[in-house]
Amino acid sequence: MHPITTAHYVALSAALLLIGTLGVLTRRNIVIILMSIELILNAANINLVAFSRYWGPENMNGQIFAIFVITVAVAEAAVGLGILIALFRNKETVQADEIDLLKW
Amino acid sequence: MDVILFLLFAAIAVACGVNLVVQKHPIASALSLVGVMGSLAVLYLLLGAEFIAAAQVIVYAGAIMVLFLFVIMLLNAGGEPKTPGKSRMAGLLGIPLMAVLLGLLSYLVQRALPKPAGVTFGAFTGGKPYDVGKAIFTEYMLPFEITSVLILIAILGAIVLARKEID
Repeated sequence: MHPITTAHYVALSAALLLIGTLGVLTRRNIVIILMSIELILNAANINLVAFSRYWGPENMNGQIFAIFVITVAVAEAAVGLGILIALFRNKETVQADEIDLLKW
Repeated sequence: MDVILFLLFAAIAVACGVNLVVQKHPIASALSLVGVMGSLAVLYLLLGAEFIAAAQVIVYAGAIMVLFLFVIMLLNAGGEPKTPGKSRMAGLLGIPLMAVLLGLLSYLVQRALPKPAGVTFGAFTGGKPYDVGKAIFTEYMLPFEITSVLILIAILGAIVLARKEID
């Protein structure tokens, strides 16, 4: 059996990125769109940790970046869900195609 | 052992990701997101990143998922109506083209990386909380402090956005 290499992790990351992008583009429920964005950020994290491992055990930069990405993802989720609650209070909907205030 | 673990949890991650996108109800999507996060934590452990695996479980599978579930329950966000006018061409070409893109990407990456270093479970070096903390509090002190300001702004933003207007 072949050993698992960095390329395997990159392939998994690309797959999750594609699935997340598909979710953002095709779904209309804003909650699911936000979850797909979390999926995309996690795909980036796999890349960072895998390449951190690739460049050797003394090189921690990728893992530190992954921690910062997790932090930014949490902040994004909190603000995004806050916006969603404010939106629901004003428009009574969570479907992205029914929110067209800026469209003329 | 490593190969079996990687393949198993990578398959779980991809299957849960697909389930997240295709499910009608947001609660089912949230539960499959938990599956993705858990299997990704195992994959981080395989890479030796112990601290990130723990942070992944605590932050994503714990905090973020509770936040998502809370909002779903609060808004009572049910299923969505079927999308009208789906393109037949997109459904026919999309999946093969995606497979081609994935295969091409992994092939190119395999070519670009000179020596494929195998990942072995148990070879934990340089991912312990000690190493991570040392790197964060010496080399990455300034980004760490800026991140705390970012979190503060996010907390304020979430409170201001979600509060009820008082006249």
